[in-house]
Amino acid sequence: MTNYLLVDIGSTYTKLTAVNLELTDVIATAQHPTTVDADVRIGYEKALALLKEKTGIDSFKKIYACSSAAGGLKMAAIGLVEELTVEAAKRVCLGAGGRVDLVYSHRITKREALKIKNGNIDIVLLAGGTDGGNSEVVLHNARVLGEAGLKIPIVYAGNKCCQDEIADIFKEYSLNGWICDNVMPRLNKLRIESARDVIKNIFLNNIVAAKGIKKIEAEIDGVLLPTPGAVLRAAELLSKGYLHESGLGEIVLLDIGGATTDVYSIASGHPKTPNAFQRGLEEPFAKRTVEGDLGMRISAPGIIHNLCKEVLFEYAEKGIDLEKEALLRSQNPGMVPKTEREAEIDRLLGSLCADIAFSRHVGFMETIYTPLGVVYYQSGKDLSEVRYVIGTGGVLISEDNPKAILSQVLARMDKPQELRPKDPEFMLDRSYIFSAMGLLSLEHPEIAIRILKKRIKKI
Amino acid sequence: MKSIVIGVIGADVHAVGNKIIEYTLTNAGYNVVNVGVLSSQEDFINAAIETDAKMILVSSLYGHGEIDCRGMREKCIESGIGDIILYAGGNLVVGKQDFESVEKRFKEMGFDRVFPPGTPIESVLDIIKADLGE
Repeated sequence: MTNYLLVDIGSTYTKLTAVNLELTDVIATAQHPTTVDADVRIGYEKALALLKEKTGIDSFKKIYACSSAAGGLKMAAIGLVEELTVEAAKRVCLGAGGRVDLVYSHRITKREALKIKNGNIDIVLLAGGTDGGNSEVVLHNARVLGEAGLKIPIVYAGNKCCQDEIADIFKEYSLNGWICDNVMPRLNKLRIESARDVIKNIFLNNIVAAKGIKKIEAEIDGVLLPTPGAVLRAAELLSKGYLHESGLGEIVLLDIGGATTDVYSIASGHPKTPNAFQRGLEEPFAKRTVEGDLGMRISAPGIIHNLCKEVLFEYAEKGIDLEKEALLRSQNPGMVPKTEREAEIDRLLGSLCADIAFSRHVGFMETIYTPLGVVYYQSGKDLSEVRYVIGTGGVLISEDNPKAILSQVLARMDKPQELRPKDPEFMLDRSYIFSAMGLLSLEHPEIAIRILKKRIKKI
Repeated sequence: MKSIVIGVIGADVHAVGNKIIEYTLTNAGYNVVNVGVLSSQEDFINAAIETDAKMILVSSLYGHGEIDCRGMREKCIESGIGDIILYAGGNLVVGKQDFESVEKRFKEMGFDRVFPPGTPIESVLDIIKADLGE
């Protein structure tokens, strides 16, 4: 019997998933609050003891972990033009499993460099210029970062023609610099792989150690991915399939957490409407967006900022003081709904997270009247024909009626321009296995996909 | 290799001439950055900034070119590429207007050169070369 243990060291919980390869199934899960401030190993060992109690198993062939503890991977993205290399840089950061805390365009200033320095940022991604295009701005920006004396890793993924000069600047200022392929080699052409892999490696080799998570490697075989990177990997596998195991096709994954709401779409998103022209930067097939202002607990007040006064009044008339409820939840991140009313408000907040986060993720259509008839501009991804919408995250798992929240992503009359799913089926990841299967898929994709298909159920 | 940004401005979907221009300029040894049909002024300007282009060549065939091109030079100045060379060509205005007056209007709008309807791209290669200082 071959057992693998997959560990997700989250910001609140350390979650363990034990998998048996011959059975191709999850045998048990256990969790314990993460103890990154003291020693990350304590929380892990306590969770492991729980798991042993349940199963009696205490030896595993391999133990792998992913982590988003201590704030996850915080990044600053720098590019040239807002809609082009800045956007490309942001997408790379998100695709690598990071969150983008600072975004700068054009020539950066000393003030901005200082903000990066003092902003508790883990990695800077420096882009700008197509290959053979503008080089002056990235060179300027590299110098400004150098003069600010940045100690954190800087990943250069801009115009390839100035890689040598950038390397010289890195040397001159003794920066922790890395050079990879341009994120936008040609206009509107996105190339994320090289930069994404470099970011992941830096995360695993440097950031994980700096945050005290590396200590756990004394007990396990390795921390292999940032958690969102693992989830994205599993989602892509589930969509595409592996060898003889077919995938589900185009999917959307919604993860509503306490601090953030993550939306993943694994879909080409090409125009489905005749006469529609795609505009703007190319979209990644596996796309992730993270909303740091939308969450069920710590970020609940952020939901309120997205609503207009009239909407709040409407809730007030129904006897719900949404502002108060959101504040209450942000002050008690560990709150679990006890009454039906509390559960109802959680459901409402979850629905708002789903709706707003999806609006920001999905593409939209504009109608243009030309002398040759009506044409459409499509910006972003067309997800109208997506087949499955899958939910994960605390609120959805513990919810009696997860469909009520998930269905917020559907096409709706009041947002006619958004290209939302029209008639998908809904599924739920009740045992929270996406990140674990992302880890398992590094070695056993054929088993990971079978477990995903077995465990993720239609609702 | 010098970069030239080309495209069709406004709500104009005439794609054939755009492809011919791309083909001819590429053959003439330029790095052609084609923003395609239905492009806004910002699409041209953003592309020129990222690719460090020396020239923007705006096409318009549906008669609304004058409205679509207005303010483009000012936007270039605002975006830090004020001295980029701007060309416009095609059926820039509605009806049979005297080309001299059209040219005058476009030059006042900040375009360096304006070409009348039916000008083949290959006939202006020498002008492009001279303007780019080659």
